[in-house]
Amino acid sequence: MRKRCLEIVHRLARKNKAVVFIGSDLGVGVTDEMKKALPGQWLMEGVSEQNVIGMAAGLAMSGKIVYVNTIATFITRRCFEQNIVDLGLTEAKVRLLGSGGGLVYAPLGPTHLATEDIAIMRAIPNMTIVAPADAEEMERAMLASESWPGPIYVRIAKGGEPVVSSPEHPFAIGKAIVHRAPGNLLFVTTGIMLNRALEAAKLLEPEGISCGIVHCHTVKPFDAAAVLEQAARARAVLTLEEHTLAGGLGSAVAEALAEASLVAPPRFRRVGIPDDFPDEYGSQNSLMERYGLNAPQIAAAAKRLLGEPLPAGARAPHDP
Amino acid sequence: MNGAAPDYLAQGRKVRKTIAEMVIAAGRGHVGSAFSLVEMLLVLYREFLRVDPGNPRWEDRDRLILSKGHGCLALYPILCELGFFPKEELLKYCKPDGILGGHPEHRKIPGVEASTGALGHGLAIGIGMALAARMDAKDYRVFVILGDGECDEGSIWEGALSASKHGLDNLTVLVDFNKQQSYGDVAEVLPLEPFADKWRAFGFEVREADMDRPETLSAALRAPRRPRAPLCVLCHTIKGKGVSFIERNLHWHHKGKLTPQEIENIFNELEI
Repeated sequence: MRKRCLEIVHRLARKNKAVVFIGSDLGVGVTDEMKKALPGQWLMEGVSEQNVIGMAAGLAMSGKIVYVNTIATFITRRCFEQNIVDLGLTEAKVRLLGSGGGLVYAPLGPTHLATEDIAIMRAIPNMTIVAPADAEEMERAMLASESWPGPIYVRIAKGGEPVVSSPEHPFAIGKAIVHRAPGNLLFVTTGIMLNRALEAAKLLEPEGISCGIVHCHTVKPFDAAAVLEQAARARAVLTLEEHTLAGGLGSAVAEALAEASLVAPPRFRRVGIPDDFPDEYGSQNSLMERYGLNAPQIAAAAKRLLGEPLPAGARAPHDP
Repeated sequence: MNGAAPDYLAQGRKVRKTIAEMVIAAGRGHVGSAFSLVEMLLVLYREFLRVDPGNPRWEDRDRLILSKGHGCLALYPILCELGFFPKEELLKYCKPDGILGGHPEHRKIPGVEASTGALGHGLAIGIGMALAARMDAKDYRVFVILGDGECDEGSIWEGALSASKHGLDNLTVLVDFNKQQSYGDVAEVLPLEPFADKWRAFGFEVREADMDRPETLSAALRAPRRPRAPLCVLCHTIKGKGVSFIERNLHWHHKGKLTPQEIENIFNELEI
C-alpha cells in the first residue's frame, strides 16, 4: 500500500511541478525512481520531524503541494504542535503519509504502534484523515488528494491487504461508501477493517444475520449523514477500527448517534483497541487477535450485541 | 533609500510610544520582548525588505518571519505605518473585533508571513520558503527572527542542520540576543554560549551587530555573503530597551495593567 501511495506521489509530481515529496529517513532505495527522475521536487531530510513539517508548511505557503512520508507514529506525534500550528492553522496543502498505521509494527513494540493517530489528528481543526482499505483505494485517495484544500493525514496500512474496495463505488474525500445496505446489523469500518467486516459478514449470513457495511475511508470530515442514514435502519451497529477506542471512528459514530436522537436507536458497540499499551509483540495479526479484531471475533461480538438482553428501562430497537 | 541615514533613534521612540498605547488599551502585552527588537525590525523594513503593502501576497516579495511571535507588539506599528492595515487596528490589539492578537497570525494580518507564538517554528517554515524560492528560480529572500530563549528549542537546531545542508544563501537568521528569557538570564536558565560558535559549527556564516548602533546591522546585512551558506546575525539587544525602568527588568517580559505612574514615566522618557 505504501508502494502504491508513493508511486502516485511520483505520478502527480511528473505532471504537476508544484508537487514536492519529503521523506524523513526512509529505507534505502525507497522513492529512488522519483529521486532520479525529479530531483528538484524530492527531498530526504533526516530524522527531524519538527523541521520537516515546518519546512513542508513553508513550501505549501509558497504554492507547493507537499507529500511527507515517515512512520505513522512519528509523523503524527513527534511534530504534533507543528501539525496543529503550521498545518491546521494555516490550512497548508501538506499530505502526511503515515506508514504502518495501527498495529503494523507489532514486533517493534509500543514505541512504533500508531494506535491513537486518528484520535489525535481528529482533534486538529482543518485536518482531514483518510485511511484506505487497500492499495486500490489508496490510489483513488491519493489522486483525490492533489486538489484537496487543507492538510491531510493518510494512514498507510501494512501492504498486501486483499483488494476489497471497488471502483464501482465513486471515491470522494469525506464521503462514506455504502458497501452493502444494512440488514439486522451494520458494520462501520475504516482502513483495513473493511476486509474484516466482509469476512465477518460471510460468517454471519449463513446464520441468518444480514450485514450492511458503511466504509469511512475518511474519518474526518466525518460523513455523519451517510452513517446515520444506514444506522437508523439497523438493529445493531458495530464500529470496527484498528485503533484505540478513545477518540477514533467509534467515537465519531457514537457522537453522531448520541446527538441524532433517533426514535429507536440501534444497539451499539465499538470494536477496537482498549486504553492500554500492548504487553506482547508477535505480528499485526496476532495483536489483532488479542484485541478481538479478527473476523470470527467480530462475528461473535455482533451476535452478542444482537442477543444481549436489554437493560432495564431501555426501548427495544426496531426491526428493519 | 536615499540621502541621510534613517534616524532610528527617533523612529524607535515613536514605535515604542505606539506599543505603550497598545498595551495600555489592551491591559497586557510582551513589552520587554517587543522593545528589544524594535531597531532590528526598523532596519529590515526601512532598508532591506522588498514588500508591497498594497499586495501583501505578491509572489516575489521578501519574507520576514517573526519566529519569536511574542515580540509582535514591535511588528504591528511598523506594518501599520507601511500601510498593511489601517491605524484603527492598533488600538483593537487583543480585542474581539481586531485582527492583531498577542501573537501574530498569518491568515488574519496582511504582512505577517507565519503564525508564530509557539516557539521554534519559524526557522523551519522559513527554510521551506527559501527552498521554494530556489525551486521556482525566484530571487526573494527569507529573514527569520529568533529569540535567544527560543534557541532552547530543539527544532531550531534541526532547522540549522537543514538550512546548512541546503546551502540556503537566500536565508538570513537574526537572533534578538538580549541574554534574558522569561524567568531569568539565558546564562542561568539554559546557557547558549559559545553561541556564535554553535551557529558556525552548524554551517552558518555568523556576523554580529550592536543594536545600540543600528547601522552595524545594516552593514552586516550589506556585506557580501559566503556563497551556499545561510547567514546568522547575532543582534546584541537590551530587553525592554528605550525606557530605563523597563530595560533588563524581567517583570516587564509580559506586563498586565500599567499603573498611572508607570504610564506617565514611560511617556516622559519617550518624549525626550
